[in-house]
Amino acid sequence: MAMNPMEQFAIKPLIAEPVLHIAGHPIYFTNQALLMIIVALASSLFLVLAVKPNRLVPTRGQSMAELSYEFVANMIHSATGEDGLKFFPFVFTLFIFVLCSNFFGMVPGSFTVTSQIAVTLALACLVVGLVIVVGFMKHGIGFLKLFVPHAPWYLLILLVPIEVISFLTRPISLSVRLFANMLAGHTLLVVFAGFVVSLGAAGGILTGVALAPLLMIVAIMLLELLVAFLQAYVFAILTCIYLNEALHLHDHH
Amino acid sequence: MELAAAKMIGAGIACIALVGAGIGIGNVFGSYLSGALRNPGAAASQTTNLLLGFALCEATGLFGLVIALIILFG
Repeated sequence: MAMNPMEQFAIKPLIAEPVLHIAGHPIYFTNQALLMIIVALASSLFLVLAVKPNRLVPTRGQSMAELSYEFVANMIHSATGEDGLKFFPFVFTLFIFVLCSNFFGMVPGSFTVTSQIAVTLALACLVVGLVIVVGFMKHGIGFLKLFVPHAPWYLLILLVPIEVISFLTRPISLSVRLFANMLAGHTLLVVFAGFVVSLGAAGGILTGVALAPLLMIVAIMLLELLVAFLQAYVFAILTCIYLNEALHLHDHH
Repeated sequence: MELAAAKMIGAGIACIALVGAGIGIGNVFGSYLSGALRNPGAAASQTTNLLLGFALCEATGLFGLVIALIILFG
C-alpha cells in the first residue's frame, strides 16, 4: 500500500521511440516536455487573449494579466531602478513560467516541471549568464570590481575570495532553492496521502483517525500554494537583485 | 549492511539543518512582529521583505533535505 514518494518525479517517455537524435543521444518526448509545452502555451495564450480586447473596464482575466504586469514592473523598478526596466520581458517571462509550472504541478496527477534540477539549473544558469554578459557589456573589464568591496587592503585578501565564491555558487543556490522547495512539498503531500490510505485500510477506530492526516493534507496544500507563488517571486526578485549588481556594481541608486 | 545503516544515520544527521531553518523563520516573523507593533504605519510596506526573508530562510533548511536525498538515493 505504501507508495514511493519519489515515484511522482519520475520522467517517462510518452512516445516509445526517440523523437530525434543529437550526437548519438536519443531525445525522447517525455511527460516533462509535455508539461513544459502546456505551461508555456497556456500562460502565453492566457496573457495574450486576456489583454487582446483591451477593454477600458477590465474583466477578471484582463485584470489578472494587468496586475501581474504591474507587479513585475514594480518589482524590477524597486530592485534595479529605472534602467533595469529594459529587462522587463526577461524577468516577466521567467516569473510567469516558474509561477505557472508551480501551479500546474499543484494539480493532482500532473507533473511538476520545476521539481527537476535540470530545469531549474538551466534557468539559473541563464540568469547568471545574462548577469555576466550585461556586466561586461556595461562596465567592460571594470565589472570585476564587483568582487572588490570597499574595505582596507588587508581585509580584501579575505573578502575577494569570499565574493568570488558567493558569485560562483549563485546558480547552485538559485536552482536548488526552487527545486528543493517543490520536491519537499510534493514529497510531503504523498507521505501524508500514504498515511490516509494505510490508516483507512487498517479498519476499526483507525479509519476515523485517518481524517487527521486528510485535514493535514488540505493545510499543506494551502501552504504549498503559498510556497509556489513565493518561490516564483523569490526567483524573479533575486534575478532583479543580481541584475542590479551587474548594472550598478556597488554604488546605490 | 553497515553502509546502508551509515547512510540512514547520515541522512538523519543532514536533517539537523532544519534547526537553523526553524530558528531563522521564527526570527524573521518575530522581528517583523516586534517592528510592526512599534511602528504599524511602516508594517504594510515591509510585507514583501518579510515573505522574501521567509522564503530565503526556508530554502536553507531544504538544502539539508537535498543533502539527505543525495545520501539516500545518490
